[in-house]
Amino acid sequence: MDKVYIISVFAENKPGRLERITKVLAEANINILAFSITSTNGFGIIKFMVDRCKEAFQLLKEKGFTVSLNETIGIEMKDQPGGLYEVVKILSSKGINIESAAVYVAETRKKAYLIVEVEDTQKAMEALKGENLIFLKPIE
Amino acid sequence: MPFWNKELETLPRQKLEELQFSRLKKVLTRVYQKVPHYRKKFQDTGITPTKLKSLDDIKYFPFTTKEDLFVDYPYGLLTVSPEKVIRLHTSSGTTGKPKAIFFSKKDINNSAELIARCLVMTGATKGDILQNSMTYGLFTGAFVMHYGAEKVGILVIPAGPGNTERQINLMKDFGTTMLHITPSYALYVASVLYDKGIDPKKELKLKRAYLGAEPYSEETRRKIENMLGIDIYNCYGLTEMNGPGVGFECPYKDGLHIWEDNFLMEIINPETGEPLPDGEIGELVLTTLNREAMPLIRYRTRDLTRIISEPCRCGRTHRRISRILGRSDDMFIVKGVNIFPQQIEQVLMGIKGVAQNYQIVLESYDEMVVRVEIDRELFDGKIEKLIKLKEEIIEKIRSATLVKPKVELLEPGTLPVSEGKAKRVIDKRTI
Repeated sequence: MDKVYIISVFAENKPGRLERITKVLAEANINILAFSITSTNGFGIIKFMVDRCKEAFQLLKEKGFTVSLNETIGIEMKDQPGGLYEVVKILSSKGINIESAAVYVAETRKKAYLIVEVEDTQKAMEALKGENLIFLKPIE
Repeated sequence: MPFWNKELETLPRQKLEELQFSRLKKVLTRVYQKVPHYRKKFQDTGITPTKLKSLDDIKYFPFTTKEDLFVDYPYGLLTVSPEKVIRLHTSSGTTGKPKAIFFSKKDINNSAELIARCLVMTGATKGDILQNSMTYGLFTGAFVMHYGAEKVGILVIPAGPGNTERQINLMKDFGTTMLHITPSYALYVASVLYDKGIDPKKELKLKRAYLGAEPYSEETRRKIENMLGIDIYNCYGLTEMNGPGVGFECPYKDGLHIWEDNFLMEIINPETGEPLPDGEIGELVLTTLNREAMPLIRYRTRDLTRIISEPCRCGRTHRRISRILGRSDDMFIVKGVNIFPQQIEQVLMGIKGVAQNYQIVLESYDEMVVRVEIDRELFDGKIEKLIKLKEEIIEKIRSATLVKPKVELLEPGTLPVSEGKAKRVIDKRTI
């Protein structure tokens, strides 16, 4: 079981923010695999899982974005009714609280992964060992 | 403890006050004889310079305010013929006419003498290299410092503000040891150094910086000191009183010495004009004791401070004032509450996760919006943390000012960078 990484970018709620960020990734030929936006009154955080995470992180940092690299766990879900439930049930039985999540669909209609950020990645991973789960491997 | 003019700087109090008295008597007589505006003001108050029997009697003389400088503008307050003045400086004049202050040759030399005292007091010597990043021009800040530093034998780099890339190259190439700079620009330069991965402690030779021209908090001083690994000295001045060098910190950094052989200081109640005893907070009022071209009598600075009369460990007998607590001009009123931008700054600089730059916007409906850049290095991708940060800022400003602000968290680099005086308050109210 390996940690996978997700990039978080701070963004004020203003038009054009997402455009600027995705432009940087597009120009560097970095592929976005999953993404999510959490926003509150006035600002938000955009999270990306990409194929070259560390490179994307450096690149965005150099371009002046407020960005962080976060550890996550990727868990395979069955693409069928109850697929997400199966995974979440295990997480909650271990007392693992999801702080934020995204879904990565690896091969359309075949595999999907729930990408979860939790308080203590290492601890959560220990807790999930031995469970009948398939984890996503880091792409780079 | 080094001195530039040990005799005058350590003159026993009694002697210092005798010197003040004789100079005060002379200056009152001069303005009474030579400046119609002063003569009329004195006569309206029913006073003549002969009434001055002790230093305390200054309280019977009328104040000079900013408005008085415009009455016979521009040359009306001169006590010498216009051909004896060789330099004009003005205040920024952002609102209407600028205040014009004239210097004779003797005045220029004298203001440089006072700066020389200040610089030597902080340990500066011949061989130091001063990068003067204040604006050269009508603003007094750069020139007065420049002349004073040259007097000490310091190499001056007249960099002026702006062009941060070049500022950094100058520091690197010429081994700048001292900076004269505004606090907001110092913060910006420090953050650019950081972004470029230049460690000022290892790659630069900076030892100290002199910060002035805008108010800033103790927290900001510490922040810049830590970022640059240097000593920062607070310096106080105003165009009307020569510019920088009126008050300056000694190495004990416990208040600013006012050169009392050159300035007579009083603290008054800003509402009633009544003199206040040492130690009490009020408005600083200054009289020039040694100025030739344009003496000013009981000039109301609008700056709020208090006199520290306890002797200083540095041995100087000139009394100190506390750091300026606010300029009554900077003060704004929201929801009926008087607020100084420094109160907000003090709160912000004490919160982890907040970067250097901020702005206060006053919206109609009397709302105070505090716009704050977050610290890029402390961002960890957790929205809960940002929400908490925002709540912490709101709560701390509310408890410091009694007004609950709206807080906007911004990306670093969003707010305009100031290279001169930072514009911290934007008032959009139309009332």
